[in-house]
Formats: sequence, structure tokens, C-alpha cells
Amino acid sequence: MGGFFALFEGYDVVAAFWMNIQLAFWAAIGSLVLGTVLAVMRISPIASLRWFGTAYVNIFRNTPLTIIMVFSVLGLWGQLQVNFVNDFDLNFFMLAILSLSLYHAAFVCEAIRSGVNTVPLGQAEAARSIGLSFLPAAWLIILPQAFRGAIAPLGNVLIALVKNTTVAAAASVAEASGLMKTMIEFRPDVMTQIFLTFAIGFVVIVIPIGLLTTWASKKLAVAR
Amino acid sequence: MRKTRYAAVAFAAAAALTMSACGGDSGTDAGGEDTGSSDTITIGIKFDQPGVGFMENNEPSGFDVDVAKYVANELGYSEDQIEWKETPSAQRENVLENGEVDMIFASYSITDERKQRVAFAGPYFIAGQDLLVNADNNDINGPEDLNGKVLCSVTGSTSAQKIADTQPDVNLLEQGGYANCVTAMQGGQVDAVTTDDIILAGLASTDANSGKFKVVGNTFTEEQYGVGISQDSDQCEAINTAIRTMVEDGSWEEAIMANTEGADYSYNDELNPPEPAACA
Repeated sequence: MGGFFALFEGYDVVAAFWMNIQLAFWAAIGSLVLGTVLAVMRISPIASLRWFGTAYVNIFRNTPLTIIMVFSVLGLWGQLQVNFVNDFDLNFFMLAILSLSLYHAAFVCEAIRSGVNTVPLGQAEAARSIGLSFLPAAWLIILPQAFRGAIAPLGNVLIALVKNTTVAAAASVAEASGLMKTMIEFRPDVMTQIFLTFAIGFVVIVIPIGLLTTWASKKLAVAR
Repeated sequence: MRKTRYAAVAFAAAAALTMSACGGDSGTDAGGEDTGSSDTITIGIKFDQPGVGFMENNEPSGFDVDVAKYVANELGYSEDQIEWKETPSAQRENVLENGEVDMIFASYSITDERKQRVAFAGPYFIAGQDLLVNADNNDINGPEDLNGKVLCSVTGSTSAQKIADTQPDVNLLEQGGYANCVTAMQGGQVDAVTTDDIILAGLASTDANSGKFKVVGNTFTEEQYGVGISQDSDQCEAINTAIRTMVEDGSWEEAIMANTEGADYSYNDELNPPEPAACA
């Protein structure tokens, strides 16, 4: 067991988890923004926008994240030579955030749309009757109530996102699952302890998110 | 009502089919200690390293596979008594400990940490970390030429860690497999791929890659490929004898040459062929 604890001097487990948290943070913002735009498209009165929103959700929701991630590395960077920044590692960090955001935006969109379904039709009709057109009605009346009704499903998406940040290993980001592989490669004698360390690490990150969103979804639910 | 009943029957049938798919692996003798003729032996190899351990259309190939076949033959198992099993790096110790495989030939370097959980026969080959570059690249002749260059290796591999430790100025791209690295090198964004020389040679000798890449031939580590066996196995001496015979009758040399053809590669002949170490 002493040998196991000495491992933490050679391998920076905390830094690796911090990388996952950073990925999750930026991808959560990215996917929330993009997902909201998509949700608005899908409830808009313009048929072509609705079509685009539906197509986006169906394509990205049904494509494995690993494929999106590998495409962004081998396709965007490898073949098309896309470089967001000159810093080598930061570039892959951003490619990983891009992939995570594109993928989870589809789920965020559907979570928000389920929230929109909790808003009674009378709200939209009332908004229209006081002269609001579609965008102001969506922004001022529908979406605020929809978000409050969508907190629990959005929390689920966030939890999935946190765990999916491990896929960023495919984009050469030095995060927890990659470090776990390295540690197991060099220290198979304490493989079980290494595995449990990382499993517990994710539990520690994810459980508070679950508790927080459950609490918030009750606290912020629209009383009807 | 009738529809639900049909659905239930269909579901049960599907479940039965999938279940039976799981139970197919019967008749494997986990011990593999006796060299009887009717038994099978389960051998773990890599499935994704062309030229070393590779599985395509249910047909294993590569240097590891050739050595495994030879050793199994010496132990009294003909080729159709061998059951091949994929053993990715992270699973090798586990499958040996729980008896799922009898021997592992999977570019398995002998290390003290691994010896805590498994035993090794051999080594049957001494590899070294090397670089694979485009065939027309003459600028990179060793790790010291890599500063500022983009180098690709596999996430969590010994090779990746070695470069990260010794060459901090190298831009290290970590990918899920060496095939991805080679793809990125063909795209022009990666300057070199690194891992053990024989794995690189195998990659460069596939039909699709033949003639496009070269192994630099300047190894900077020493990896002793051993035969992984469980700690209570009594086959170590027999395996070592088989390896010695293989080297003596020329099959060893033949296997290396056949599996690295077209890669412009020669193994490190100061260290190879190795003399198997004494069994514990």
C-alpha cells in the first residue's frame, strides 16, 4: 500500500482531473449556448430552421463522440491543418472542447425542448396577444420558464458531459483516463487501486452535480 | 393483446440468441499444464499491431504469432489446437492471473512491476524504442533531432511516457492507436511516430504503407519481449528451450524477415537473438 501512495508523487492525478473539469466547464458553456440556439430553431415558426435544428440533433446525437473527436484531430487538424492557436497542446484542448460542445449541444437542445413542453400553451398565446413577435416571446416568456423546467434533464446532460471528457484522450489532451492508462502500463502491480482512484475521482466530481441539480430543479420549478 | 404476445416471444428469442453467443467458449482448459494432444492452448496476442500481432479475417499473423506457434508446437500443440485471444496492454496481467489465457505473446516487455503479478519466459526478442519517419525524411536521425517537431505515440504507452520525460521540447501527440499516428503523418502534420522498432517496422511493411516510411534505426531504449505466463505455471523452462531451438534452426530469423518485409528495417543484432533468462 505504501508503494501505491508513492505513485502520487510520480503522477499528477489532481492535475489530470483538473483538466477534465476545465474541459467540462468550457464545453458546458459551449453546448448550452449552441443547444439553446438549436432549441429556438426547433420551436421557431420558420420551417427551414426547424428542419436544420432537427437534422443537427439527429446527426450529432447519433454519432459516437469518439468519432467526432477523432475526426476533429485527424480530419480538422491532420488533413485540413486547422490550428486555432499556435500553442500545440492548447490547440488540442480547444479541438476537444469543440467536439464535446458540438456533441452535447444536441442533448442540451432536446433537454430544453422538453422544458418548453412544460410551458402551457396559454403563455405563448398571451405573449402573442400583447404584441410580442416570436423571438421576444421566446426570450422573455418561453425560455425562462423552459429552463426552470429543464434543470433536471440539463443536469443529466452535464453529468454525461463530465464523464465524456475522458474521450478527449483521443484528442491528445492530458486528462484523467489517459493518465490512468499510463499508470496501469507502468504499475500493473497496483492496477486495482489505480482504477479505484480514478473511479472515485469521478464519483466525487459527479455526485455534487447530481445533488445540486436535484435541489435546483425543486427550488426553481415553476409552481403551477 | 396478441401484438404484445408476439413482441414478448420475439424479445425472448432475441435474448436467447444473444445469450448463447456468450457461452460459446467452452472446452478451454485453463490450466494448459499437460501437453496432451487433444487439449487446446489459449494464447494471448495483440490484434492491432500489423507485423507483430495482428488478426484479420480470423487469421492471426505477425512475429509474435510466429514465435507463439513455434513454441506451442514444441509444447505439443499443433496449430489448430491454439485458441487466439486478444490481450490489450491493460488486460494482460488480469487474464493471466485468472487463467483466461495460458501464454501471452503480445510485445510484452519484462519489467519488475509486472513480475509482481505474472511470470515471464524468454525474452525472445529485444526491441528498442525507435522512430518512424517519411521515407524521404533525412532530418530526423534520433530523439535529439526532435526539438520543436511533432511526434506521435499511443496514449498511456511506455514510449509516450519516455519521450515526455526525456524530451520536454517535443510536441507529443497522443492517439488511440499507431494506425492513427501513421494517418496523421501521411497528412503531413506529424513528423515522426515512436514506439518499439519492431512494431514500427510491422506498421511500415503493411501493403498500404510499404515503401512510404522508414524506421530510423537508432534505438534508445531496451525492451525485452517475454512470454507472459501465470506465476504458478511450470512451463517456463519448456518455453525457453523452444525459443532456443527456434533461434538455432533459423526459424526465428526467418520470422522476423518475413514480418518486416518492405520496411527497410534490420533488428539490433548486438542484442538479438537474445538468450532466454533463467526461470524464477
